[in-house]
Amino acid sequence: MTTQQESPVSAVISIQVENESGALARVIGLFSGRGYNIESLTVAAVDETRRQSRINIVTTATPRVLEQIRAQVDRLVPVYRVSVMTAADPHVAREMALVKVIASGERRADALRIAQAFRAHPVDASATSFVFELTGATDKLDAFIDLMRPLGLAEVSRTGVAAIARGAAIL
Amino acid sequence: MNAASHQTDLKPHAAGTDTTVLSGAEVLLRVLVEQGVEVIFGYPGGAVLPIYDALFRQNAIRHVLVRHEQAAVHAAEAYARSTGKVGVVLVTSGPGATNTVTGLLDAMLDSIPVVCFSGQVGVPLIGTDAFQEADTTGITRPATKYNYLVRRPEDVATCVHEAFHIARSGRPGPVLVDLPKNLMVGPAPYSDAPRVPHPSYHPQTEPGRDVIARAVAAMKGARRPLFYIGGGIINAGPGASTALRRLVEKTGFPCTSTLMGLGAMPAGDRRFLGMLGMHGTYEANMATHGCDVLIALGSRFDDRVTGRLDAFSPGSFKIHADIDPSQINKIVPVDVGIVGDARRVIEMMLEEWDCTPANTRQPIDVAQWWHQISEWRKIDSLGFSQDMAPEAIIRPQYAIRRLYELATATGRDTYVSTEVGQHQMWAAQHFGFSKPNRWLTSGGLGTMGYGLPAAVGAQVAHPDALVIDIAGEASTLMNIQELSTIAQYRLPVKVFILNNQYMGMVRQWQELLHDSRYSESYSAALPDFVKLAESFHGRGLRATCVGELDGVIADMLAHPGPVVADICVAQDENCYPMIPSGAAHNQMLLGPDQDDEISAEGRMLV
Repeated sequence: MTTQQESPVSAVISIQVENESGALARVIGLFSGRGYNIESLTVAAVDETRRQSRINIVTTATPRVLEQIRAQVDRLVPVYRVSVMTAADPHVAREMALVKVIASGERRADALRIAQAFRAHPVDASATSFVFELTGATDKLDAFIDLMRPLGLAEVSRTGVAAIARGAAIL
Repeated sequence: MNAASHQTDLKPHAAGTDTTVLSGAEVLLRVLVEQGVEVIFGYPGGAVLPIYDALFRQNAIRHVLVRHEQAAVHAAEAYARSTGKVGVVLVTSGPGATNTVTGLLDAMLDSIPVVCFSGQVGVPLIGTDAFQEADTTGITRPATKYNYLVRRPEDVATCVHEAFHIARSGRPGPVLVDLPKNLMVGPAPYSDAPRVPHPSYHPQTEPGRDVIARAVAAMKGARRPLFYIGGGIINAGPGASTALRRLVEKTGFPCTSTLMGLGAMPAGDRRFLGMLGMHGTYEANMATHGCDVLIALGSRFDDRVTGRLDAFSPGSFKIHADIDPSQINKIVPVDVGIVGDARRVIEMMLEEWDCTPANTRQPIDVAQWWHQISEWRKIDSLGFSQDMAPEAIIRPQYAIRRLYELATATGRDTYVSTEVGQHQMWAAQHFGFSKPNRWLTSGGLGTMGYGLPAAVGAQVAHPDALVIDIAGEASTLMNIQELSTIAQYRLPVKVFILNNQYMGMVRQWQELLHDSRYSESYSAALPDFVKLAESFHGRGLRATCVGELDGVIADMLAHPGPVVADICVAQDENCYPMIPSGAAHNQMLLGPDQDDEISAEGRMLV
């Protein structure tokens, strides 16, 4: 508990919860009620037979606050397990974005070329627009969206981060 | 109507022989019987009519009709705190449910096991803004440990069984079960308590042997040790207090307590230093500041205890045992964190103490520490001056001391509830408790109006005991309607009002922090409490000077029915000693004569 722990780091909080009404509200209510930040949030059922869902929340906090978040979330009745993954914990974190670009002529061609470089797939096209689908780490999505901005970026829809530990470790 | 012919048999049936079709309401009551419920505190209304009808047709469970739903929760809390059982509340939908919110949060912050049943509009009407509809589970989610909206008849029994398990296990707390009216009217299957109540719910009660060993090793090396115990000891049952007393005796260490832990150690024990924190004793706070090993058991480093955090018990090796893992390192970083039930923690500490090598310190070290503590004790920080002339104004501290002495002299088992404010702190300082579960006060939430309904709950649980609400005139008016409940059930509750005609603690802070600008803190247009008591069929008494005090207390204690005693006390008395906001434990104010400049940061604190 010394000062080297006091600088904020980015983390994904992965939470396995009972798939019941109110479970998500309980988790996000805890974040807002206790003043923790939510940068992104994903939730989906992951085990129908055992009625379990997984919530992934991206937040930035000091290690001590992250430990407090973990403990606070873990004591919620419908929570099975919680893990906090920072850069120090080997894990894969991905999100998906749908990016609409409205452009014609030169800018349209540029957008397509950059999309190819990012392996973003055009999943919809019209004479004046594209919708690109792009999956990857958050910074890759940020970089792509930044590049699209001068080319006619019109709308972005992102899923937020889904994360899982590397190797054989499970939540 | 012959009620007996309409009685419902709520007794458990042998498996396979039960073919009776029960309504949801009857299933609810049968689960309550299975769970050992004897009393419900409640208030009827449209959405719970089927439950009240089922209650009418049985004799196993008693219902106490309160006069406001908030009071039902406080009464249930006091019932729970004074018995160790789960307190049960039944209210209707909409306003009935919203009125319980303060009580539920109060139970949440003080970790009191309460199950609250609220009526709800029928399932088909949910979400239509129906009459007396409220999103009760949404509103109460942050005010409860857990809550349910029951949607299917087959879930009624399971949810109710589970609610009791969750309320009483782990760190106890309030659980709300929202019951749509159609599910209570229609048939529902009964089922026994599920073997695995809620698969994701896994409180840890058994502490790890390794952390206990590390804690005891530190305790054995301590030169200036201190136990700092809290409400977790009370919640862990009387066995935890018994074990604590053995541990304190065996180690010879001094012990201080939070507001919530009073009674776990006998007030008169020579090793007990009294309460610590904002209005704690000088010796308790100086010992907290100066100790080298601090052993926190079932306490949570509340801001009322720690004062200025960066100066809290500087340099001590900190051990913290709590049943809730999220409490460890929440406020104060500790060296050894122990997760487990307080009683098990203490029992294992006792075992470890016996089977590890002798102390590494010299006995002289702790003797020197005790010598230092006895020097601090000589300050007599709870001292006050009372002019003993018969016509002299009564000091509130003196009134509580006399109440304590005269109540103790009756030899009766005594339960004390309080409201919130100066009188609460004076009660904590001057009314000694020798047993756990006798002190019923709103610690975490600080709910004015807690004491009168709490006295109702305690008296219902202990009909023959002496139950006293030590009150302030402002707080007690917040739930004064409960005098009607007291009258209806002939509860011999004693309401001892320290009447200083101010919201005393507000007035004190305005004096200390806002240059005596007493903004809205004067209790104008007070009722005549004597006549008020009489109008509610009780006895009213008043003491206006020292000469009248003992007589009034004696009359109050001797009267077999409810009494309201209006004790007119000094208006300008402040509660000392005090750690001013933003100050450290070794910067206490001992009295009004001390320089009491409070820092700018301190003014920002609550």
